[in-house]
Amino acid sequence: MSDLTALTAVELQAALSAGETSAVEVTRAHLDRIAAEDGALGAYLFVDDDAALARAAEIDASGAAGTGLAGIPVALKDVFVTEGVPTTSGSRILEGWRPPYSATVATRLQEAGTVLLGKTNMDEFAMGSSTENSAYRPTRNPWDHDRIPGGSSGGSSAAVAGRLAPLALGTDTGGSIRQPAAVTGLVGHKPTYGSVSRYGLIAFSSSLDQAGPMARTVMDAALLHEAIGGHDPRDSTSIDAPVPTVVEAARRGATGDLAGLRVGVVRELGGEGAREGYEQGVLDRFAEAVALLEAAGAEVREVTCPSFGLALPAYYLIAPSEASSNLARFEGMRFGIRVGDDGSRDVDEVMALTREQGFGPEVKRRIILGTYALSAGYYDAYYGQAQKVRTLITRDFTAAFDGGVDVLVSPTSPTVAWSIGARVDDPLAMYAADLCTLPASLAGVPAISVPCGLSDGLPVGLQVMAPALADDRCYRVAAAVEAAQGAPLTDRLAERAA
Amino acid sequence: MSTESTPDRGATPALGRQDIAHLARLARLAVTDEELDRFAGQLGAVLDAVAQVQRADAGDVAPTTHAVPLTNVLRPDVATPSLPRDVVLAGAPAAEDDRFRVPRILGEEE
Repeated sequence: MSDLTALTAVELQAALSAGETSAVEVTRAHLDRIAAEDGALGAYLFVDDDAALARAAEIDASGAAGTGLAGIPVALKDVFVTEGVPTTSGSRILEGWRPPYSATVATRLQEAGTVLLGKTNMDEFAMGSSTENSAYRPTRNPWDHDRIPGGSSGGSSAAVAGRLAPLALGTDTGGSIRQPAAVTGLVGHKPTYGSVSRYGLIAFSSSLDQAGPMARTVMDAALLHEAIGGHDPRDSTSIDAPVPTVVEAARRGATGDLAGLRVGVVRELGGEGAREGYEQGVLDRFAEAVALLEAAGAEVREVTCPSFGLALPAYYLIAPSEASSNLARFEGMRFGIRVGDDGSRDVDEVMALTREQGFGPEVKRRIILGTYALSAGYYDAYYGQAQKVRTLITRDFTAAFDGGVDVLVSPTSPTVAWSIGARVDDPLAMYAADLCTLPASLAGVPAISVPCGLSDGLPVGLQVMAPALADDRCYRVAAAVEAAQGAPLTDRLAERAA
Repeated sequence: MSTESTPDRGATPALGRQDIAHLARLARLAVTDEELDRFAGQLGAVLDAVAQVQRADAGDVAPTTHAVPLTNVLRPDVATPSLPRDVVLAGAPAAEDDRFRVPRILGEEE
């Protein structure tokens, strides 16, 4: 076979089931590419060649390769715990920790016969939009090594866009799958909250965290989505409902026919009077994508969602509040590192020192902000008020979907990938990257990012949001957009490198 | 932070070095002098931005804690195996006699 890393999961599936290649060959091709490219890219935090090849050989021997995802390599964001495989969540505080159990999604991928290539880099505890908050190393964007790959799932986005993995899982709390997918030219989907298990996903903000697929094509993302989705009794927030039929929806969308579909363009996300912070190139590609939906037969209208403008302040109260509580478990007593335990200090001092040295600046800022927002006397004005705004945002979605649109669309990110370092010391500038992705996070509804072209040679994403449990609509629209463009956007990255 | 009353709508109390130090203590977080200086400025700006939620007219609106309306999700009351003790302790920074070993938890005079 020619370059196996250039193939999509669907193409690998066909080649494997036809016996044209083996899981070992496919795995080796990806490991070779990691060895050659990842020094510069920094997508992975941990790769175990021997374990991956042994696993691939096992799949080949079983004869399952090519059935479903069997024999296809995957990368996991380092936020998912994996039994015996180092898991850090991008933080020093978990350096060297090997979890005693695996996340449900990791187990499901294992059962599906996938081959784990490694764990991907991320902003520490998934807090960030650039992967620069990783305690270990920054990750670079395969389209331009001087730029960020998005975040917090930036290791996963760089790995898949750079062909260091055909598929990867990310997690999305406020946009951490969709934004990195957008700025690296990938498809990334945040499923309906509760439809993919959070068991074994190191918690950042429990009411918002959701795992989902990242891939170079819509169909690849759909296959990965169906492999991980569905009820899990180990997650008390898991919805007991069938997995949306996203593979079928992707197939249907690929015909390019959206006749009868009603699309709402959200005015508050880059529309008239709400364009501050949006790059012109992004708005141009977005307008073209909307025109393309119309050409495919969709009926497009503008929709107003007045509370979306408050999504950013509400999110940056709710997420840090939940984080300040969730991250209390990292105290150096039961797992991870411990600092200063020399017999002279009591437990409080050791905990404080461990957390001082174990956490990076963004994590500390959010713990402090969350502690403040939850303090007596401030709770109602901050956390309580943010939760009310969350209700208003959900009502905007309900009004739009009940009022006659099937999906809402916007740009995924107001800008293309920015230069590494440009926003590191300005938390508010970093947070602004999440402007378009936050409403769907707060309402728990599904949203996908699909590539819709380049601006100054860098990828732009279209976001498609749908009602809860109607993830299939996201995939259908995304597949139509992809089909209209003729080829996956990442093909252009490969051509550029050739 | 010096007052316990709820702040007025639109009025954002500034976060000074002392406030940050107090919050960090509450969160069991040692912070360096340099961090106190840096965080005071950065968190002041963030707090100004997030205080915009107070502009929303949301007096009678019910808060959303969670996007999925599920309550009291319980599993059957049946004992199931736990993780093996030695496997869990293997990941601990310090263990002794089949337990987590922790620093002194009481002061000398207690």
